Amino acid sequence: MPTRLTRGAVATAAALAMTLAAACAPGTSNDKPANKAPSAVSTDVAKAGDVTLTVWDQEVQGGQRQQIETLNKRFMAKYPNVKINRVSRSFNDLQKTLRLALSGSNPPDVVEANQGYANMAQYVKAGMLLPLDSYDQVYGWKKRYPKGLMDLNSVTPDGKLIGSGNLYGVSLNGEIVGMYYNKEKLAKLGVQPPRTWAEFDQALATAKSKGEVPIAFNNLEKLPAMQLYGILQDGLADKESVRKLVFGSGGSWTDGPNVQAAQKLADWSRQGYLTKDPNSRKWDDTPADFAKGEGVFMFGGTWWAPDLADRMKDKVGFVLPPAAQAGQPVSTLGGESLPWSITAKSKHSDVAAAYINFITSPEAMDVSVETGNLPVLAAPTKQPSLPLMKDVSAAWAELSKNDGTTPYNDYTTPTFTDAFGGPLQELVAGKKSAQDVMKAAQDDAAAFQKKK
Amino acid sequence: MTTVARQKSRRTGEKPPGTRAERRAERRAERSAGGRVKGRAPGEARNIGWLYILPALLVYGAFLLWPLVRGVQFSFYDWDGLGSATWAGFSNYTTTWTDPALRGSFGHLLVLVVFYSILPCCIAFVLVAAMSRTKIRGMTFFRTVLFLPQVIAMVAVAVAWQWVYSADGPVNTVLGRLHDAGLPDWRHGWLGDFTFALPAVGLVGTWVEIGLAFVLFMAGVQRIPRELYEAARIDGAGPVREFFAVTLPGLRRELAVALTLTTTMSLRNFDLIYMATGGGPGNATKVPAYEVYNRTFNTGEVGLGCAIGITMAVLLFAATAAIGRLVEGKGA
Repeated sequence: MPTRLTRGAVATAAALAMTLAAACAPGTSNDKPANKAPSAVSTDVAKAGDVTLTVWDQEVQGGQRQQIETLNKRFMAKYPNVKINRVSRSFNDLQKTLRLALSGSNPPDVVEANQGYANMAQYVKAGMLLPLDSYDQVYGWKKRYPKGLMDLNSVTPDGKLIGSGNLYGVSLNGEIVGMYYNKEKLAKLGVQPPRTWAEFDQALATAKSKGEVPIAFNNLEKLPAMQLYGILQDGLADKESVRKLVFGSGGSWTDGPNVQAAQKLADWSRQGYLTKDPNSRKWDDTPADFAKGEGVFMFGGTWWAPDLADRMKDKVGFVLPPAAQAGQPVSTLGGESLPWSITAKSKHSDVAAAYINFITSPEAMDVSVETGNLPVLAAPTKQPSLPLMKDVSAAWAELSKNDGTTPYNDYTTPTFTDAFGGPLQELVAGKKSAQDVMKAAQDDAAAFQKKK
Repeated sequence: MTTVARQKSRRTGEKPPGTRAERRAERRAERSAGGRVKGRAPGEARNIGWLYILPALLVYGAFLLWPLVRGVQFSFYDWDGLGSATWAGFSNYTTTWTDPALRGSFGHLLVLVVFYSILPCCIAFVLVAAMSRTKIRGMTFFRTVLFLPQVIAMVAVAVAWQWVYSADGPVNTVLGRLHDAGLPDWRHGWLGDFTFALPAVGLVGTWVEIGLAFVLFMAGVQRIPRELYEAARIDGAGPVREFFAVTLPGLRRELAVALTLTTTMSLRNFDLIYMATGGGPGNATKVPAYEVYNRTFNTGEVGLGCAIGITMAVLLFAATAAIGRLVEGKGA
């Protein structure tokens, strides 16, 4: 009996060792998909035969969903041989499942892969996305879009630098983080919508003294504080230095203006200008609370606009964040919605490229406006009808004219939401100094740069 | 059965005992005729047994053993879950213990064990001690109500308690009334407060686990002979003395089961944290189970996530063994 047991154990161990050796290191080999020659690209979708295109997107909210549904329907009507198999998940769910889907042997054809070092850069490094440069030469996307927006969706093939290298995706909608204000409350307080930070500080003090919540701010998820910090940072630091900082090509998070921005956030919190106990309140509830009248101002993305326009009608306005001096150009967080990318293993990359070209065409920009969204490029024939959407559209036009968008700071490192957002929660709770918070951010950024 | 019978017949059979060579020849003949039955002691497992458990073993192997083996393997690599991995040696394990956020998460785990395991058992003991002394009407009702949290999905529990703890939720409403009545203002954003978030989550765990411990103990108490209680009372034992002299020793095995189950729950506590706080504020409610998920899927540190998971598994084995030893007195 002991011999048989030993024999069994040895056999098991040997089998295990062999399978492990066969399995080798986890992960796939790092073959980089090559750019196709532009002449080899076929733009004739009708000739592609029967094709099922699997598309993973995160357009689940009202207007955005409508927009994609409309575009998909029109594309299929135009090319009856193509069937679009649409899989949509919320932003968070898509981020988590996409990693697994992309590393599988049968990934979707088109995916919305978020920008930044945590997502697109990692996928590119692992060779999972197709470089789109040859398609760009055929379809002329770079002529359609301003360079800044194309750069956001470009990464070097080793995944080390965002903003240069190959193009890996094209976006459909624009987005900015700006300032919503409650028109009724401002009128009651006798305050004009502030155009400068000095005016804004005064408005906050007035609102506070009259018993209003000056800024609606919910911060359970850590990202809201990072965005609010980003707005304050854009008000104090030069936009070029912010871009360099986020993409890791220069500067330090502990530089003067960056610490001042954190200090300003700490001051607001101490003075009671933010919603009480923000760290316990959900981000998604912010616009709902604001619509109910909690908060005179609210900093938030244009992705909230369709919903707010619906809830508050003409009681709400949207402007870019205040300027340092009246009339000076403003910069703020923003850019474009998640880019549509083609996976390296897609068998229908030509059809996928035609699809991406279709949903980012001038016609698609019209659809975007019709469905209450903010198209990344000016719509050729349509104008927004709701007053809030007109505000948003004007703010986007002004920002685009000044080239004023700065990247979201969570692009900085894959761990930045915890490494910087966590300390920011402590800052808001009055438990950490601005210097310490910015040092934590810099430590994480430096560690990532070293590893990269 | 057959083996025993055959051996018996051989021993008591009429055949006279032959020489050694004869016996060997006889055994060989029997082996070739009746398979390998002969050389085995009675009750010893036969190889055919493997065939019977094969279906279950395949499932177990494919969904438990193989992932475990791969998990151990991954934990020795630096891998972002996408590209190729590089050998990392034990660095993921050292990170597990040196990274302040991760070390902190194991500290939080210790706090949660108190809330998930020790506190529910204590409270359940008090309830059982009280109920075992008096006859309570509607016992089934109370048992059902106390056990109910166990039946509800943890996600639903988390959502419900998120509301209970929310800024305008019942807890703060009551505290607001008390404040109006002249007491200090104790209102907080409980789940977003650096001091209170962890105990707040812990109390939810207590609420969930009381029912389990209670039902287990109640079943155990009914097994304790009434004579022991009568004897104790005749000897003049009060309720406290009675509890320590009769109830507690009688419930040793149930206590071990309850502690093992609840400790396991506190170690695997992911859904509640994920739904209610997301590990926040800051790192205040991060636990290892949440970090396994966070590192694997959010930050792309698959190797580290696996190392945390393996560490947890080892801890859990150790805790289960320790509970068995301490409470049941096994091997002592």
